[in-house]
Amino acid sequence: MSDDAILTIEALKADVAAEELGILKALDLQVCKGEVHAIMGPNGSGKSTLAKVLMGHPGYRPTSGRALFDGSDLLAMEPHDRARAGMFLAFQYPVEVPGVSIANFLRTSMQSRLKEGDDLDLFDFQDLLLDRMKLLEMEPSFAERSVNDGFSGGEKKRNEILQMAVLKPKLVLMDETDSGLDIDALKVVASGVNTLRQEDPDMAIVLITHYQRILDYITPDVVHVMVDGRIVRSGGPEVALWLEEEGYASWREAEEQAAAI
Amino acid sequence: MPNNELVEVLDLDQYKYDFRTDDKPVFRTEPGLSEDVVHAISAHKEEPEWMLEFRLKAYQLYLRKPMPTWGADLSDLENVLDQIYYYVRPQDRMKNSWEDVPDNIKTTFDKLGIPEAEQKVLAGVGAQYESEMVYHSLKKEWDEQGVIFDSIEDGLKNHPDIFRKYFASVIPPADNKFAALNSAVWSGGSFVYVPPGVHLDTPLQAYFRVNQERMGQFERTLIIIDEGAQAHYIEGCTAPVYSTESFHSGVIEIVVAKNARFRYTTIQNWSNNMYNLVTQRALVNERGTMEWLDGNLGSKATMKYPSCYLVGEEAHGSILSIAYAGDGQHQDTGGKVVHAASHTTSSIVSKSISKGTGRSSYRGLCKVYEGSTSARSNVECDALLINDTARTDTYPYIEIEEQSANVGHEATVSKIGDEQLFYLMSRGMSEEEAMALIVRGFIEPIAKQLPLEYAVELNRLIEIEMEGSVG
Ligand SMILES: Nc1ncnc2c1ncn2[C@@H]1O[C@H](COP(=O)(O)OP(=O)(O)O)[C@@H](O)[C@H]1O
Ligand SMILES: [Mg+2]
Repeated sequence: MSDDAILTIEALKADVAAEELGILKALDLQVCKGEVHAIMGPNGSGKSTLAKVLMGHPGYRPTSGRALFDGSDLLAMEPHDRARAGMFLAFQYPVEVPGVSIANFLRTSMQSRLKEGDDLDLFDFQDLLLDRMKLLEMEPSFAERSVNDGFSGGEKKRNEILQMAVLKPKLVLMDETDSGLDIDALKVVASGVNTLRQEDPDMAIVLITHYQRILDYITPDVVHVMVDGRIVRSGGPEVALWLEEEGYASWREAEEQAAAI
Repeated sequence: MPNNELVEVLDLDQYKYDFRTDDKPVFRTEPGLSEDVVHAISAHKEEPEWMLEFRLKAYQLYLRKPMPTWGADLSDLENVLDQIYYYVRPQDRMKNSWEDVPDNIKTTFDKLGIPEAEQKVLAGVGAQYESEMVYHSLKKEWDEQGVIFDSIEDGLKNHPDIFRKYFASVIPPADNKFAALNSAVWSGGSFVYVPPGVHLDTPLQAYFRVNQERMGQFERTLIIIDEGAQAHYIEGCTAPVYSTESFHSGVIEIVVAKNARFRYTTIQNWSNNMYNLVTQRALVNERGTMEWLDGNLGSKATMKYPSCYLVGEEAHGSILSIAYAGDGQHQDTGGKVVHAASHTTSSIVSKSISKGTGRSSYRGLCKVYEGSTSARSNVECDALLINDTARTDTYPYIEIEEQSANVGHEATVSKIGDEQLFYLMSRGMSEEEAMALIVRGFIEPIAKQLPLEYAVELNRLIEIEMEGSVG
C-alpha cells in the first residue's frame, strides 16, 4: 500500500440497506494523492452505489471488505465526518433545498467544519465565494438562489462544482457531472476542476462517467471499467478510448464466458 | 367604519405578560369565575358603568356557549378554568423567583443569548426593560402626531369616546365562547389610535410600554388605524414566556379605515402547559390593507386564526403564519378571510412544522359573500413533518356565494427525507444542523418578512429545537 494513498478500497461488497441485491462485488481500488481515476461502466453497474457507499448514504450498507480514507476507517465514519475529513461527492442527482440560498448553504457547510465556538469570518467567506464563482464563470446572483430549486440539469451540476471549489476537499467523487452539461459548460467545469488541481496538487479525483468526452478535458491517470459491481479492467487513458469504440457489450460477454467456465 | 351589525351578520367563528413593581398591596380575585369576580375586576379598575354591564352580559354569554369541540383537545380545560385566578393585578403576578424558573427555560434563554436582566422579565421575575429611554423619545414623537399608544386600561380612562366607539365592534362577545370570556374578564393589552394620514415608520412595539400592564392572561387589544394612516405593531418575542398560569385567551380587534395600511406582527412562544386561545380580527375598509404576521410556538394547545373581514371595496387582507408543534403540542392555527365587498383581495400563506408527537392543523376559512364581485383569494398551506410520529391535518373551508370570485387553494405536506439530509450531511453538516437548515429554508418565505432581530431569534430557536430531534 502506498504512503501516498488517499483512498484504499479492499474487497468491498455493498448492498442496499433493506434488500439483498449484491450490488458491489468485492471491489478493489487505490487512489493516490493528486491522481485522477475515471470509472466507466454501463448503467446499473454500481457506479453511483460505490460513490454513495463511500460517502455514507444511509440507504446502502457495506457488507464486507474495507475502505481507508487518508488513513482512517472510512466505513465507520458518519457522512458529515467524512465530509469534514475532506471527502466530497458531486451528486449525479443533486437534491433541492427550498428557501436556503447557495451562499447560506455553503456558509453553514463551512461553519460546520470549524471547532465548536469558532466563527466563520463572513468577509473571508464572501471573498472566497465570489472568487470561486468567477473561476466557474457564474453570476454572483447565482449564490442567492435556493439550492437546486428549479435549476436546470446543467445548473445543478455547476452548483455541485461550485460547492466543491468552495469546500476544497482532498478527494472528490464526481458522479456523472458531465451528463446534462453542454460542451461549453463542460469546458468551464473542466477548467475549473483543473485550476483547483493546480491550487492543490494533492487533490485526488474519482470521476465517474459514461462518456469519454470529459476525459478530453480532465486527463485521467487511471481508467477503470466497472461491470456488474466489479472493476473488470484498469489501465491508462487508452482504455477509455478503446471502450468508446467497442462499447460495454463485449465486456459483458467476456464476463459471462468467464463465469461459465 | 366599524359596523357592529355587519360584524354580527358576518359572524362565523371561533380562537404573556409583563410586570411592574410598586408598593400597592396584592390584589387578586378568588379562584374560579362568578358574577362577583366580574364585579370585583371592574370595581378594581374603577371602570365606568357601561363597561361593567358589558362584562356582565358577556359573562352570561360565556356560560351559555358550549366549549368548542372541533379544534384542539380542550377536555382538560374545564378543570383549568375552575381553578385559575381570573384577575391578578399585574404587579402582583411577579411572585416567581428565579430559582423556580425551570432549567430548560433558562437554558433556552442562554442559548438565545438573552441578557440576564431581560431573561428575568421574560420569566416573570424581573421588573424593568432597558428600553425606557428609547420609549420616551418615541413617545414624544407619537404625542406630537396625535398617536395614542397606551395600555387598554388607560385607553378606556383617557380616551373614552374613541374607545367606546370601537370597543367590541369587530369582535362582539357573542362571537365565540372565549371572546365572551375575554369580554367578561379582560385585563391588560394595548390601545392604539393612529390619526388620519399619519405614517409611522418606527413599529409600535408592545415592550416599549415599560411599566404598564402589557400582556395579561385575558389581554385585550384595540387598534384603530384611521383614514390613510400607516403603522406596524409588533407584539411578543421568540423567547419562551414562562408562566405559572396555564390559560391565555386574548382578543385583538383592529379597525383599518379607508386607504389605511396596517401590519400586526406577533410571535409567541408559550411554555408547554399553556392553553392559548386567541381571537384576532381586523375589519378592513375601502382600499385598506391589513397584514397579519403570526408565529406560534410552544403551548399545549393553540387555537388561533387571524382574520380579515374585507368590508370595503378593494380592501386587501394578508395572513402569513408559522406554527411549530413540538412534542405533545397541538397547533390548530390558520386564518380566515371574509370578502364582503367587490374587488377585495386576500392571501393566506401558512407554514407548519411538527416534530416528535407534535401535531399541527391548518384550519382556514375563505368566505365570499354574494355581490362581492371579482373578489380574489389565494390560500397556500405547507406542512413539514420532522419525523414519522408527527402529524398534520388540513381543514380548508371555502364558502363562495359569488360567481365572479376567484379562489385558489394549495396544500402540501413534506417530510424531511433521507436524501435531503444526506445531501446536507455530505457537505459537513451534522444531522441536527442539516435539519435546522431545512426547517429554516421552509419558513424562509415568512421569516424574511420579520423584523431582523426576530428572524435571527427564530432561526436560533429552530436550531435549539432541532437539537435532540435526532434519535
Ligand atoms: N436504492 C436502491 N434500491 C434498489 N436497487 C438499487 C438501489 N440503488 C441502486 N440499485 C440497483 O443497483 C444497481 C446499481 O445502481 P447504480 O449504482 O445506480 O448504477 P450506475 O450508477 O452505475 O448506473 C442497479 O441495478 C440499481 O437498480
Ligand atoms: Mg449512476
